Amino acid sequence: MHEKTIAQLSASLATGEFSSEELTRALLERVERFNPSLNAFITVTAESALAQARAADERRRQGAAGLLTGIPIAHKDIFCTDGVRTSCGSRILDRFIAPYNATVVERLNAAGAVMLGKTNMDEFAMGSSNETSFYGPVRNPWDLDAVPGGSSGGSAAAVAARLTPGATGTDTGGSIRQPAALCGITGIKPTYGRVSRWGMIAYASSLDQGGPMARTAEDCALLLGAMAGFDLRDSTSVDRPAPDYAALLDQPLTGLKIGLPKEYFGEGLDSAVARVVEDAIAEYRKLGAETVEISLPNSHLAIPAYYVVAPAECSSNLARFDGVRYGHRCENPKDLLDLYTRSRGEGFGAEVQRRILVGTFALSAGYYDAYYLKAQQIRRLISDDFRQAFAQVDVIMGPTSPTVAFNLGEKVDDPITMYLSDIYTIAVNLAGLPGLSLPVGFVGQRPVGLQVIGDYFTEDRLLNVAHRYQQVTDWHQRAPTAFA
Amino acid sequence: MMEWETVIGLEIHAQLATQSKIFSGAATAYGAEPNTQACAIDLGMPGVLPVLNREVVRMATMLGLAIDAQIARRSVFARKNYFYPDLPKGYQISQYELPIVQKGQLTIDLEDGSSKVIGVTRAHLEEDAGKSLHEDFHGLSGIDLNRAGTPLLEIVSEPDLRSAKEAVAYMKKLHQLVVYLGICDGNMQEGSFRCDANVSVRRKGDPQFGTRAEIKNLNSFRFVERAIDFEIERQIELIESGGKVVQETRLYDPDQGETRSMRSKEEANDYRYFPDPDLLPLALDEAFIEAARVALPELPEVKKQRFMTQYELSGYDASVLTASRDLADYYEATVAALGGEPKLCANWVMGDFSAFLNKENRDLADSPVSAVRLAGLLRRIQDRTISGKIAKEVFEALWASEGDADAIIEKRGLRQITDTSAIEKVIDDVIAANPEQLAQYRAGKDKLFGFFVGQVMKLSKGKANPQQVNDLLMEKLQGRNDLLA
Repeated sequence: MHEKTIAQLSASLATGEFSSEELTRALLERVERFNPSLNAFITVTAESALAQARAADERRRQGAAGLLTGIPIAHKDIFCTDGVRTSCGSRILDRFIAPYNATVVERLNAAGAVMLGKTNMDEFAMGSSNETSFYGPVRNPWDLDAVPGGSSGGSAAAVAARLTPGATGTDTGGSIRQPAALCGITGIKPTYGRVSRWGMIAYASSLDQGGPMARTAEDCALLLGAMAGFDLRDSTSVDRPAPDYAALLDQPLTGLKIGLPKEYFGEGLDSAVARVVEDAIAEYRKLGAETVEISLPNSHLAIPAYYVVAPAECSSNLARFDGVRYGHRCENPKDLLDLYTRSRGEGFGAEVQRRILVGTFALSAGYYDAYYLKAQQIRRLISDDFRQAFAQVDVIMGPTSPTVAFNLGEKVDDPITMYLSDIYTIAVNLAGLPGLSLPVGFVGQRPVGLQVIGDYFTEDRLLNVAHRYQQVTDWHQRAPTAFA
Repeated sequence: MMEWETVIGLEIHAQLATQSKIFSGAATAYGAEPNTQACAIDLGMPGVLPVLNREVVRMATMLGLAIDAQIARRSVFARKNYFYPDLPKGYQISQYELPIVQKGQLTIDLEDGSSKVIGVTRAHLEEDAGKSLHEDFHGLSGIDLNRAGTPLLEIVSEPDLRSAKEAVAYMKKLHQLVVYLGICDGNMQEGSFRCDANVSVRRKGDPQFGTRAEIKNLNSFRFVERAIDFEIERQIELIESGGKVVQETRLYDPDQGETRSMRSKEEANDYRYFPDPDLLPLALDEAFIEAARVALPELPEVKKQRFMTQYELSGYDASVLTASRDLADYYEATVAALGGEPKLCANWVMGDFSAFLNKENRDLADSPVSAVRLAGLLRRIQDRTISGKIAKEVFEALWASEGDADAIIEKRGLRQITDTSAIEKVIDDVIAANPEQLAQYRAGKDKLFGFFVGQVMKLSKGKANPQQVNDLLMEKLQGRNDLLA
């Protein structure tokens, strides 16, 4: 069963080939067997998963099943889940049981999905390798010495290893797309505002966006269809109905205009990765698409701008973790300052502390104009670049990440090199655009992802573009041998 | 002393009278058990998001319109970052660079009868913090987050005020206005209307402002006046003795009647303001502003002028009656129920009625005497069924909820005696019973007239029509005099 995609599982459940309870049990067994080597899950909710599965089977008996009813999924541990630990990969929330469900969780529950558990992640989604998690690094199913990418590394690894057919992720600077690429799966970061952020623990509020991760674009379409939509509880969510993504997958690509930004194929891009990406683009030409070189001249400003905006927002967003109302509190604080400094010092890991400090500095009196305001101006320049590009082309393509998965520990002491791992994904968040990564080949054992970027609210087009490619290629069907 | 000039600016926090909080659906009612009115948003739980309460925006807009201010078509919520245990998110959401209300003004009345226009720099929306409780926890602190997220409108004046009295006049005027508008309950004891005062002094004629001190959290008009007066004295003495005022935050201690340093500017927080990415800029369209304008009640000043022309009241009476919207409404309802006699109504509403409310420390809303009942009483004065004096007795019975005026008059037999022969009979009895006084009166002791009036009223249990008693008594006493002569 585990080799099937969500669409296939949905069909099997519908025909009664197996029940959701059987499917859930089988996947929970795989989780139990493989998670010790992968560390993809922080919390496994076996009991409630089986209860949800039985409820889904009952719903099916009553003839009220939808496409996702009874489909097991996993949630990134950044989404609040009522009554279940929601750690955000941090010691400071190690014992935090969320008192409510995130909108994403609520909507997938309502669709009948079964939650297997909560997946590992970089602490507070700050990282590109899943090595900043308090719960230890996740390993890449394609090569256990390699990182899965981050911050949604647990979700990506769990999907790639067939422990779950789909999972939720969040993407602030590439945290869905980069791990999807490094683990050889498909993931989409929707337009900012497409998916509600209610109950999604904030890292950088103006950039964070939740989205699905699965093996195929079709599965992502099914999941996104359930996740997307307006939410009164999130003032930045957009009041605009979500289309039926699954129904729009098959549009032909004839005449599709693909822009290839020269900045995404230059210095810093691994040449082997470049070749795989170029092959994929050639495949698109065969599908009837045209390609045209474009320029996104402010691309080089994306990383510096991101590392001002995101830390600035995080320095404020993470102020609530103060040891007063919930979360980790130090032993025997001698006064208020001691309570704050030790609780936070003990509760947050090094990367989180680094970003809080950077952000606090960037917002300080006398520096605000030079950093935060400047970074916001750069965001506008970057958005303008994309606007001009989309006047000429339908989608933009390039590598998702400049390299394949690197080894555990390889970049952990060199934050700047680590940050470059997101060089092609970050601009998309700064502009608020949708972006998708799909598997298009390998360099050695390790997968390569192709990033497809679209104009605002063109998730349907991105999924369609990825789906058509997956109809004529089989990269998305490859499974890591140890987990096949 | 004469060479010093005081410069004062006030920052007034008015708690907006909404049912729910500014960014959550939790209730705002005062006095609930600690932490029973704080939802996940107010607690700053992970993953929660603020959603702006529309009513708060409407109320701020109404204030802006009432003080002739500019209503910003686009305003921005920012985060003011600082750590404090009763600040759950580690930041307060407030408007910083672009407030909703900008550049208004308020005219205050001074004691000498003149008036003065005070500039209002801005009014911005923000959320209140919770409360730290340091008693009853044996060296620990308790935190009550019921107040966290309560909507506040911070109204900032220009440094146009020149004395503690002016400051109080401004604060009172603004208090009257927000209560009139129905956007604040004005309850100062519960902290619904409180004030920070920025005070500095300079030598008269000096174009530069002196260094200011900010006195925090003044929650009564009296404290504002005393705190400012103390602070003025302190600053002048300090400068005259060669010292320098430092920019700092001070607290007023009402028990000692003095202000004390809380923290200096050097220790001040860097709040690291930045636009809140969880809230989009607030955009107001003309229709929204127009709807708020239409909903504005008649403002105090306009109402006062109307009372003076429509009811021919003096400026003083009109001021007193329009001091609150409730009182003005009550007055107008009384006049309407009576169908006229605005001066009689004014006397009673300002007189006995207000006195009874004050005596029992009641709100007008809890008054046991409705405007219709009061008018019922006044009608009987008007048609001479009872005298003004008896009316006071009837009013007391009305207050004690013994029924309407007619029932009380009937039950107690208070109907005024206007029958001339009946009054004459009483007068005759009084004259017959007091031959000595009669002789003295006749001998020229005119003052005894009052004695006879008193005796007649006493014997008639106050019911004899006083005017008739006067006339008849005069006639009878004088008539005899004439005969004797």
